[in-house]
Amino acid sequence: MNNWRSAPRAQPTADAAAHQPDGFELASSRRDSLRRKLVERSVHVVLFLCAVISILTTTGIVITLLGETIQFFGEVPIVDFLTGTRWTPLFASKSFGVLPLVNGTIVVALVAIVVAVPIGLLTAIFLSEFAPARLRSVVKPILEVLAGIPTVVYGYFALQFVTPILRGIFPQTQIFNVASAGIVMGFMILPMMASISEDALRAVPRDLREGAFALGATRFEVVSRVVVPGALSGILAAVILSISRAIGETMIVAIAAGLQPQMGFDLLRSMETMTAYIVQVSLGDTPQGGIEFRTIFAVGTLLFVMTLVMNLLSDLLVRRYREAYE
Amino acid sequence: MINLRIDTRASDVAVSPSENGQSDVILMTRNLNFWYGNTLVLENIDCDVRPREVTAIIGPSGCGKSTFLRCFNRMNELIPTARIAGSVVFRNRDIYDRAVDPVEVRRQVGMVFQKPNPFPKSIYDNVAYGPRVNGYKGDMDEAVETSLKRAALWDEVKDDLKKSGLALSGGQQQRLCIARALAVQPDVLLMDEPCSALDPIATTRIEDLIRELREQLTIIIVTHNMQQAARISDRTAFFTVAESGAGTLVEFNDTQQLFTTPSDERTEAYITGRFG
Repeated sequence: MNNWRSAPRAQPTADAAAHQPDGFELASSRRDSLRRKLVERSVHVVLFLCAVISILTTTGIVITLLGETIQFFGEVPIVDFLTGTRWTPLFASKSFGVLPLVNGTIVVALVAIVVAVPIGLLTAIFLSEFAPARLRSVVKPILEVLAGIPTVVYGYFALQFVTPILRGIFPQTQIFNVASAGIVMGFMILPMMASISEDALRAVPRDLREGAFALGATRFEVVSRVVVPGALSGILAAVILSISRAIGETMIVAIAAGLQPQMGFDLLRSMETMTAYIVQVSLGDTPQGGIEFRTIFAVGTLLFVMTLVMNLLSDLLVRRYREAYE
Repeated sequence: MINLRIDTRASDVAVSPSENGQSDVILMTRNLNFWYGNTLVLENIDCDVRPREVTAIIGPSGCGKSTFLRCFNRMNELIPTARIAGSVVFRNRDIYDRAVDPVEVRRQVGMVFQKPNPFPKSIYDNVAYGPRVNGYKGDMDEAVETSLKRAALWDEVKDDLKKSGLALSGGQQQRLCIARALAVQPDVLLMDEPCSALDPIATTRIEDLIRELREQLTIIIVTHNMQQAARISDRTAFFTVAESGAGTLVEFNDTQQLFTTPSDERTEAYITGRFG
């Protein structure tokens, strides 16, 4: 690599030497080129090290998770773990069926998605296709503020504000309940959903919109039959990223959804999610090294796999959507 | 968002009828001025377009040819800062009248763009889009077939109408866009440099097509290519940039006359290649 680079460079320097016997400029240019090479090399190394850090972190997390998880599955059969419907690892009569936690996670995520996807998509359509530039410049920053609120604040908002309202409407609502956590989580995800969808909508070429307008389509017909279909895979990617965010969200559910692993779909009752369980054990007095402690690694691995699959899926969709109109 | 102001009405503009009682002008502009923001882009354009003719618009880059073309189907108002004054009269009616719905205008004045822009849908759905949004109730298969035949594309695609419009070659895509525009059955077809992205063979096919379509509808075509204007058009309008920086109509005449005996020295300079 160095050979072919230095060869053509030698040419002009030799020429310069022939024309300028002084030699001063020649020396300075050689020093410059040396310095340039040094800077190039060190930039290269620094950037490489930065990239390595994130790779090492990921590898470290996976190794820690897997090590403890493998030990866990040495004691608890993986089939029991994945198919059991009773999760009582901290009780005297231990049972390691993870399904109640998965159930809780999915139910909360579903509530969040039902809130975030329609509102987020409609917000995105409004911002990208209908909003005048001035209104857009107001709404967008507000959305971004919503995205910047710490999740612990959302958690207390759910517990202190949304839950009392729900209890006013449905008196049987438990203090800790899935509905409240899910709805507030939906609002937490909303900015991400809206922002990614808006990017997808805006990426639909102006040519296509003009083509549709020129055929006598109304603004609504252009949006519904050209822009949204054109952005569909991008919108799907936004939905999947939102789901994966909802699955991984911890603070809101730990605060507002309760810590009772249960099967079922009753939104007004308390349920425990996978993330909330990990928090419960991490913060509790569970001794390190025991089977109870290892459960969190098994649950963590499952969570990791779930979100990984979601992210890969969205990657796939995003790639497809890039090709859609090229 | 749409900030379109109309300063003058067309009511005082008379349209001269020809012997057979029909108007010999289908589209007409009077005192047309056009701004993007505060920049005047078109200045006092008076232009009459006759039905069933091909009218070519030529001129150097930046002289407002495309902007002028887009005044005929109100496409310019999709740009937030656009502003128009004067009148554009289509069949004795000012299309910028407050009572006129731009959607209605665009159903009668179709458009083909510089870069082929088929929707990322099947060939069939591309052609059916216009009839669908216009509430067409008849036989859609027939409408699609007729339009593709009129655009001289049917024989090439009849066996895979389900294929994506984007899978076609550039020239085929442009003919698909023409078929798509024809499916709405417009009276006027605006073409904005339709061949500039195409190779010579594809260009020839589009030019042949324009000659055929001339029998059925009015075509206004913006082109960079003077030979093309000379080959396909009945009348040619030459635009240039005035000293004010705005586009202006210098000369509008029978194509043959404009290219052989131009009356304005700027036209002569342009067509003989001295500028532009």
